[in-house]
Amino acid sequence: MGDPVTLIAKWLEGLLAGWGLAEGPTAVVMNLIGVIMIVVFVMIMDVFLVWVERKVVARFQDRFGPNRLGPFGLIQPIADVIKMLIKENIYPQGIDRFIYNLAPLFGLFPVLLLWAVIPISPTTIGTDINVAVLYLVACGAFISLGIIMAGWASNNKYALLGAFREVAQMISYEIPMVISLLIPVILARSMELNQIIQSQNIWYIVAAPLAALVFLISSIAELGRAPFDIAEGESELIAGFHIEYTGMKFGMFYAGELLHALTVGGIFSSLFLGGWRGIGAMTYPIVGTFWFFIKAYFIYWVIMWVKYSLPRIRIDQMLNLNWKFFTPLSLVLLMVTAVLDKLLTGVPMLIYFGVMLAANILIGWGTVLILRKTRKKEAPRVAEPKPIARPDGAPPIPAITPATTSQS
Amino acid sequence: MLNDWLFIGILLVIAPIVPLAATVIPDFIGPRKPSRLKSQTYECGVETEGETWIQFKVQYYIFTLIFLIFDVELVFLYPWAVAFNQLTLFGVLEGILFILILVAGLVYAWRKGALEWF
Amino acid sequence: MTPLQIIFLLVAAISLGGAVMVVTRQNLVHAALWLILVLFGVAVTFVLLNAGFLAMAQVVIYIGAIAILMIFTIMLTRKVAKDTDEQLNSNWWGAGIISLLLFGGVILMLFQWQNFQFNLPNLNPSVDPLLQLGEGLVSPNAFLLPFEIASVLLVAALIGAIMVARERK
Repeated sequence: MGDPVTLIAKWLEGLLAGWGLAEGPTAVVMNLIGVIMIVVFVMIMDVFLVWVERKVVARFQDRFGPNRLGPFGLIQPIADVIKMLIKENIYPQGIDRFIYNLAPLFGLFPVLLLWAVIPISPTTIGTDINVAVLYLVACGAFISLGIIMAGWASNNKYALLGAFREVAQMISYEIPMVISLLIPVILARSMELNQIIQSQNIWYIVAAPLAALVFLISSIAELGRAPFDIAEGESELIAGFHIEYTGMKFGMFYAGELLHALTVGGIFSSLFLGGWRGIGAMTYPIVGTFWFFIKAYFIYWVIMWVKYSLPRIRIDQMLNLNWKFFTPLSLVLLMVTAVLDKLLTGVPMLIYFGVMLAANILIGWGTVLILRKTRKKEAPRVAEPKPIARPDGAPPIPAITPATTSQS
Repeated sequence: MLNDWLFIGILLVIAPIVPLAATVIPDFIGPRKPSRLKSQTYECGVETEGETWIQFKVQYYIFTLIFLIFDVELVFLYPWAVAFNQLTLFGVLEGILFILILVAGLVYAWRKGALEWF
Repeated sequence: MTPLQIIFLLVAAISLGGAVMVVTRQNLVHAALWLILVLFGVAVTFVLLNAGFLAMAQVVIYIGAIAILMIFTIMLTRKVAKDTDEQLNSNWWGAGIISLLLFGGVILMLFQWQNFQFNLPNLNPSVDPLLQLGEGLVSPNAFLLPFEIASVLLVAALIGAIMVARERK
């Protein structure tokens, strides 16, 4: 094996055994070292994600972004961290102090938990539990918990409203996400991410492009990023659930969000883009890490692209999109994939993937037709004149609101 | 099998330390000058008015209920998906029937207008 | 004691302590958050029993859905969270005796049950329990009927929930 990670692990294990450590404590020490390495690696990457995010948004908005500190402004995030660390911790009036302090922890650590099951190379993976895909969903539960805690403990109406909206959005979009996660599980017959990657001789995005799309969009909604950021809409809720947080406590939510975005990229690439698979990854596992991060950062870039290109959508649009479009669509995809998969047992792989792709294209085409029909029906309703806000007792404006009464 | 979970167990202990340390350090090295004005909660620049505890739309509750029922059903489909190799076509169709009953629930909620936000 | 037993005792103590906090807190949101700790403790217990799927289902369903639903329900009500009434009424000792008797009865019955044992049963390591569960759920010889009935039951619950919630309007 020409793999440094395995080599170091083997060497360490031998060293510990040489010191007379039994098998149990050796496993604990090895896992501890693994945990610390992953946490440190991910946190260092997280600090530089701030730079990546700021630089990319600047390019999207035709600016330079951070460019003063160090080459290309690379030292900027470190300066940011130091600035946040020496800021005052402000405790607003009437907060629930313990929960207020606990919530920022939940902003970041569930995202770190996600990295336990994501394989960054064929041999480098925290742990390969047999329910890894469900584990990814379960970690999301803690994130929504942190948001509701932050909103409730802040003693602020905007924070509470923002938390409610964010959580309602997160749990709604969990449905299409869970359904679209089922499709790679069916294709690979396993929930272990390494197993899913290994069975992707052809990337699953070929067999299930629509499921990949549904997963990506619902993940963006889970992240609460634009266009799904009504929860922190500046014009109405100022900042949403973290309005009362300053300094490093706010920083934890921010770092958690950025890292979560990259993690979504990693999960997406593992499920649909073959994860660490690429040229040379099988013989030199360390090359797999390179491929994994290329794919993960590409998806992260797509998420940023969406964020900085699309306007925010309203809460009713957000819920309609989820319950009336993504949920039925993903259920149809799931059923079609399940039946086709069983009917196609034993056929060559190319035909299998071809039929799956054709089915996806057919479903996509049908969806577009239905959407066009709905648009024709909805267009006159949307174009109807809406009541206009005016002072009480003022005469109605006849030209624009002929018969509608103000009822907002 | 249990050894697989050791990593997650240790991570569960180590991971909160990072944000905990980051949020506690400013308490020691940052300035500490609390004032009444500074610690007021933000409400668009005016003084905070009334209770924070405001009543919420019942829709939040309905959507969470619908989500809960979908969630329970979908979690059961995961073992079904993992065991796909062992399943007969009949077994797959049983799973489809399970999903179709779920779809009936979705159609009901839709027709009753429970999926509207107003 | 094996390390596993120590971890189990620790987790059990945390869960039980959390459960006591749930019923003694006056602030409903605090009680809900303690309940989440209890639910998480149950999930860890499932992991210790080598039931990873159940543990994940516990977290996804109970913490991710039911706990959130409870918090939303608390938020729908008004001013209950600052309840300052007495938590015990004059009959608390009667309730205490009855619950102790019931608990003793359950323990007694467990000890008289033939299959009751303290050690973990040895599972066949060559078979993935997850696969068996998946197969069993749709096999006519196993749990097919309960599986489908559960689906119908859940849809009935959905319909009931919508009816109840819509009426309030």
